[in-house]
Amino acid sequence: METIKPILEFNKTCVSYTKQTMAVKYVSASIQRNTITAIMGPSGCGKSTLLRAVNLMHNLYPNIHVEGEILLNGDNILSMEPIDVRRKVGMVFQRPTPFPTMSIYDNVLAGYTLNGIHLAKSDKDSIVEHCLKSVTLWDEVKDVLNKKGTFLSGGQQQRLCIARALALKPEILLMDEPTSALDPIATKYIEELLLTLQKEVTIVIVTHNMGQAKRISSHSMFMYLGELVEYGNTDTMFSCPSDDRTKAYLTGKMG
Amino acid sequence: MKNNTRKRLVENKLILWVVCIFSALTAVPLLLILGEVLMRGYDQLSWSFFTEPTPNAYKVMKAAAAGESIPGGIANGIIGTLIMLSMATILAIPIGILCGTYLAENSKNRFARIVSFMTDLLQGTPSVIIGIITYIWVVVPMKGYSAIAGSIALFILMLPLIIRSTEETLTILPVSLKEAGLALGGNRAQVMFRIQLPAAFGGIFTGILLAISRVVGETAPLMFTALGCSMIRWSINEPISAVPLLIWEFFNDPNLQDLVWGASLVLLIFVLTLNILSKYIAKKWKQ
Amino acid sequence: MSDKLYRVLLIVAAIIVPLVCGGILYALATDAYEAFNHFGFFEFLTSTDWNYTEGEEHYGALPFITGTLMTSLLALIFCIPFSLPVALFVGEYFKDTKVAAILSTVTDLLAGIPSIIFGLWGFYTLRPLVMALNISPQGSGVLTASLVLAIMIVPYAASLSAEFIKMVPNDLKEGAYSLGATRAEVIRRVVFPVAGSGIFSSYVLAIGRALGETMTVTMLIGNTNNIPQSITATGNSMASIIANQFGEAGDLRLSSLIAIGLILFLITAIINMIGKLMIKRARII
Repeated sequence: METIKPILEFNKTCVSYTKQTMAVKYVSASIQRNTITAIMGPSGCGKSTLLRAVNLMHNLYPNIHVEGEILLNGDNILSMEPIDVRRKVGMVFQRPTPFPTMSIYDNVLAGYTLNGIHLAKSDKDSIVEHCLKSVTLWDEVKDVLNKKGTFLSGGQQQRLCIARALALKPEILLMDEPTSALDPIATKYIEELLLTLQKEVTIVIVTHNMGQAKRISSHSMFMYLGELVEYGNTDTMFSCPSDDRTKAYLTGKMG
Repeated sequence: MKNNTRKRLVENKLILWVVCIFSALTAVPLLLILGEVLMRGYDQLSWSFFTEPTPNAYKVMKAAAAGESIPGGIANGIIGTLIMLSMATILAIPIGILCGTYLAENSKNRFARIVSFMTDLLQGTPSVIIGIITYIWVVVPMKGYSAIAGSIALFILMLPLIIRSTEETLTILPVSLKEAGLALGGNRAQVMFRIQLPAAFGGIFTGILLAISRVVGETAPLMFTALGCSMIRWSINEPISAVPLLIWEFFNDPNLQDLVWGASLVLLIFVLTLNILSKYIAKKWKQ
Repeated sequence: MSDKLYRVLLIVAAIIVPLVCGGILYALATDAYEAFNHFGFFEFLTSTDWNYTEGEEHYGALPFITGTLMTSLLALIFCIPFSLPVALFVGEYFKDTKVAAILSTVTDLLAGIPSIIFGLWGFYTLRPLVMALNISPQGSGVLTASLVLAIMIVPYAASLSAEFIKMVPNDLKEGAYSLGATRAEVIRRVVFPVAGSGIFSSYVLAIGRALGETMTVTMLIGNTNNIPQSITATGNSMASIIANQFGEAGDLRLSSLIAIGLILFLITAIINMIGKLMIKRARII
């Protein structure tokens, strides 16, 4: 692990909502390129908060403070311009959020439009096709690209949002419980999708579904009360967790 | 890709500044109006301004010839406004509250939808039209302008405001309140009058204050109904004055122009006090 | 009180509103009939004559319809550059903060000022300014009236638009931010399109208010009974001709004024109806 340079590193990362309460406490960990890392833990443990810190989402809320370091390819993103960071770090949220006033086609290209980047029609077409193919949505929507994204089913909407994030060719894709609002079949689709996407992009996924973590991730983090309790190989963590709290959580005695 | 970041950040800042500056500019007219009315009206305020009626032309010219300030005040207007406002309010409160209650209780019923739609229609009707209507309905049959006609015009203007505030306040009350009352064996009337309406009092009261503050400055509808009168009058079947009518009169009469700012200041203070008071009560009630 | 009596009481109170509305339409229509009958409906709408010399009496509504539409549309144009920033200030940039509450209070107070005081201020402050800037020699006119009207409708347009801007889901905005958008870009590409129909309907309702404003316009438009030839010219609006002449009019002129009132009532009713329907649809989305 130490020989390859990690793509993402947390170095004593802390997130606080008010002066007294810290939602994330001194998390240090490094994540390798082209892996899927799952962050687990009971609700309120700070897993989403940690994930959102990587995309500098906390900068939108003036009362939230992030301290320590988060390194992307060795550079501390906390001192970088948020709009540059967010272009390299894609994010998919719990509830699918296709832009309701844009067509499916425009939704995929939203990252470019929002960033004020003008593309030739042929480039646009190929990006849309490529991204929708990589989320296996192309065959379902290729004839209705001009319809609004909100007409799609929940699972399709979520895949559209993944395509939208992938369109900007991010280095990391953050996913905040992306399947918790979906039915089991749509969930299965997305899980399979993530396993193939792993070749293109590094994925960090927050989930409260242990089965999901086990099925798709190569590495897992377990967080509890804002602390990173355990981090390691998923198979190892599930078979013999080293911390009692992890064990309690994995055996269903907690949260 | 990288080189447009700066441009976009500059644009982002610029827009924030434009928003802030133009928002701040919106406050300027308020300050200018308050400032001008206060400065020019303050000198005219005196005890006699509130106790004496509008001076007649002879008195004014005599004072002007002697180089004195204009005598008299706006007592006739204040009394007229208070009389018409109280009659309109007394009429509008029960009808408005009952109608608002009807709308809150029967929101899905077809007739209620029509009533609700008509309430919007009435609220959007220009006040000058309410003046014409009251002229046709009241002044013509009574063969003369009167405080009654003025009150009815103000009543029609207040009605939709009170209906809406009652309806809105009742619909945001928790359903459990009504259910608890019904469970205790009260019938719907008892639950409404003893539990729901008292619980909604703060919101409805705010609505009433706002309705008063909206109509107290109305001029056009009173011009064709109350007409105006330069004496202090207490009878309700004769023409009567009102503060906004006096402002209009002073505005048009070169001899009386000195009084216009004092009258405006009185009206403005009354309206803004009611406004602030209602906001304060609404805030207290929400806690 | 029995349930039956209670229900009857409520229905009786509720029935008053449709009665008043129907009554307004009926009374205006019957009293306007004389004018429409005398001049012909379309002739009345399109005639530019307003002559009350005895024996040569002729009345037409076109100058006043034009005056009303001109002042209202101009007021709308002047109001947008202020109401939109205020709506963004209150509904997006400083949402739920103290400064936003202060700005809302300021606009609320502005909305509370009686129209006759706006007129007075416009006459003594804005009119001399218009004269000093050599925009028009007499100072009064469509432009002066529209400027003050614009100030009066800013609070309505702003507070309603702010409500819709506030309703744009945070999820959507975060989605756009996560793709690297700046706040300005989020506003332009997400907030405006999503809140667009609501914002548009608040301007429709703001126009509805401007159409019927009486005293301000009466004091500032200059009161001439012809079609304003430019935006700095004088004129009269439907509401202001009524305010000016209703008291002294009789017979045919009174009926003509009431006919103008009917037209004004119908125009505002239609505009308000469209606005309210659009708002209802915008709220569902």
